[in-house]
Amino acid sequence: MRAGRSNPGSIAAALSACLTVAFGLFAGGCGGGSTVADSRSAPAHGVVSLVPAVTEMLFAIGAGQQVAGVGSFDNYPPEVRALPRVGALIDPDLERMLSLRPRLVVLYETQTELRTQVESAGIEVFPYRHGSLSDITATLRQIGNGVGRTAEADSLAESIERRIEAVRVRVRGRRLRTLLVFSREPHTLRAIFAAGGSGFLHDMLEAAGCENIFSDLVRDSIQAGTESIIARAPDAVVELRYGTAVEESDEILEARRSWMRMGSLPAVRAGRVHVLVGDEFVVPGPRVAVAVERLARALHPDAFAPE
Amino acid sequence: MRSGLLSVPFVQGVGQPPIRRRVFVTLAVFGGITLLTCLLAPLAGSTPVHLSRVFDRSIPFPENVDAQILFIARLPRVLAAALVGATLASAGVVFQALLRNPLATPFTLGVSAGAALGAMLAITFSLSLAVGAISAVPLAAFAGACGSVAIVYGLARARRGGLSTNVLLLAGVTLNSFFSAIILFVQYLADASQTFRTVRWLMGDLDVAGYWPIAAAVPFTVAAFLAFAYLPRSLNLLAVGEDAASSRGVDVLRAQRLAFFSASMATGAAVSVGGPIGFIGIVVPHLVRLLVGADHRVVLPASALFGAAFLVVCDLGARTVMAPMELPVGIVTAMIGGPFFLWLLVRRA
Repeated sequence: MRAGRSNPGSIAAALSACLTVAFGLFAGGCGGGSTVADSRSAPAHGVVSLVPAVTEMLFAIGAGQQVAGVGSFDNYPPEVRALPRVGALIDPDLERMLSLRPRLVVLYETQTELRTQVESAGIEVFPYRHGSLSDITATLRQIGNGVGRTAEADSLAESIERRIEAVRVRVRGRRLRTLLVFSREPHTLRAIFAAGGSGFLHDMLEAAGCENIFSDLVRDSIQAGTESIIARAPDAVVELRYGTAVEESDEILEARRSWMRMGSLPAVRAGRVHVLVGDEFVVPGPRVAVAVERLARALHPDAFAPE
Repeated sequence: MRSGLLSVPFVQGVGQPPIRRRVFVTLAVFGGITLLTCLLAPLAGSTPVHLSRVFDRSIPFPENVDAQILFIARLPRVLAAALVGATLASAGVVFQALLRNPLATPFTLGVSAGAALGAMLAITFSLSLAVGAISAVPLAAFAGACGSVAIVYGLARARRGGLSTNVLLLAGVTLNSFFSAIILFVQYLADASQTFRTVRWLMGDLDVAGYWPIAAAVPFTVAAFLAFAYLPRSLNLLAVGEDAASSRGVDVLRAQRLAFFSASMATGAAVSVGGPIGFIGIVVPHLVRLLVGADHRVVLPASALFGAAFLVVCDLGARTVMAPMELPVGIVTAMIGGPFFLWLLVRRA
């Protein structure tokens, strides 16, 4: 009984010790951030971009110098690796964002709460929305306008549109029925996520001379069941791989083996299972023209044969 | 040795037909329902399939889309649903008796949380290994399930000589929360597409795309069903209390251990095949008890059969209601099972 009574006391003592240590660390952390203090006294400048696609756009139009902070998943161009990270879609770090004293914050349209907070700090926001292929160049022009690089953005947007149009011309008249897979459980044909009938992946497929087998389902992505894949009988399968440490030859081998389980699929019988490796396929940024070109070359090699 | 004549006079009421006949009639009725469901379910789906074309020998299989849909897409799915449904429902019965708790499910003791942790790690770290045709995610899920079974058993045995059901329950519930916390922590650090795939795995998916995943789970479920065949009498007595069971000649620890391991391993195998599909393990046993009474000799086989039929029907709904899109089957079972269970609770109260 006596031991029981002394317990709460010792717990309280331990707790207060912990709190003291924690506060000490906290105070030390605040005092140590001299760079933060510097940027606080300076006038607001620079752009914080939570959206990898927009970060790429900013660097591509020569506004890279203005970028003061990026999101957790930004990794292109290589310069972004040295920049402060301010969270991402689900975990934006408002404090860190504000401490960078940006003039403009690029955030996702769905981050309404963050938008209110940033705006109440007197900072301009650029709400980004995932959309179609044409939305990519539209976003590029808007962000160029927002950072005073209108001419550069316009000319880059035009060149992207020109390159995509050139691909369209090359593959004119071709409609290869294609399944575009952007995620799948390795070594099996389970948990297949594919491009649906809307969004930039679908548009990229169309531009590359393909007909998306799921074009009737107006969604950006769908989980493709075994039955629907067999019933829709694609003539080609394209698997996208991205992220770190992806060895292309291993991925191709794995994909060919896995798809042999649906050996009667026209795409498998014709040997048209392609694996494309690169972040440009999933980041709807300025590299999208490269992505469309690679897609078209993989699916219609004859259209790009030297004349 | 147990005396067969002395068993469960309190369950077998006066005026009821003898147990053999009841078991036979129940098995015949539920078996008929299950068989019919399993035969009819492959005929429906998101695309029309013509049976005359399916069995038309003149069309080679690679050209015969109807046959491909039936044999590659639908039949494995129906078999997986039947296997997983039967396993989860009967494991639910066993856990409810073992823990003497009507709210126990096959997932109460942390098996599914361990499996989810394994699956999540395999997805997040893009584990790329395979044993035969079985890929990393089900393998990791099964390993996680085994790990949590071992931990819970170790904890429950540590306290005293027997298998403390209270410790089992508390250890299981705590392990569930602990594993969930680890899952959330890793998810917080993972990127969005991996998180999405993990969440999708947690909703359950029976589109196994072949027979191998089912074949891999069969040994564990068959072993469990063989064990279940020995259990009903002991479970009847255990449901009343350990002392009562012991005084009537049940080797309590042996029965508990058999019940715990067989039901846990079978649950682990089932979760590896289809993900943690909820509500089957709690709703089906209660529904079956409502229909046939509480005697485990009837409830256990009837639950297995009804669980199979129930999940086959739920999966049929999952793949046709929004066709050509598919609903995760775990959503369907919970949508049907949830309201039903609440109704049951209110009615019983």
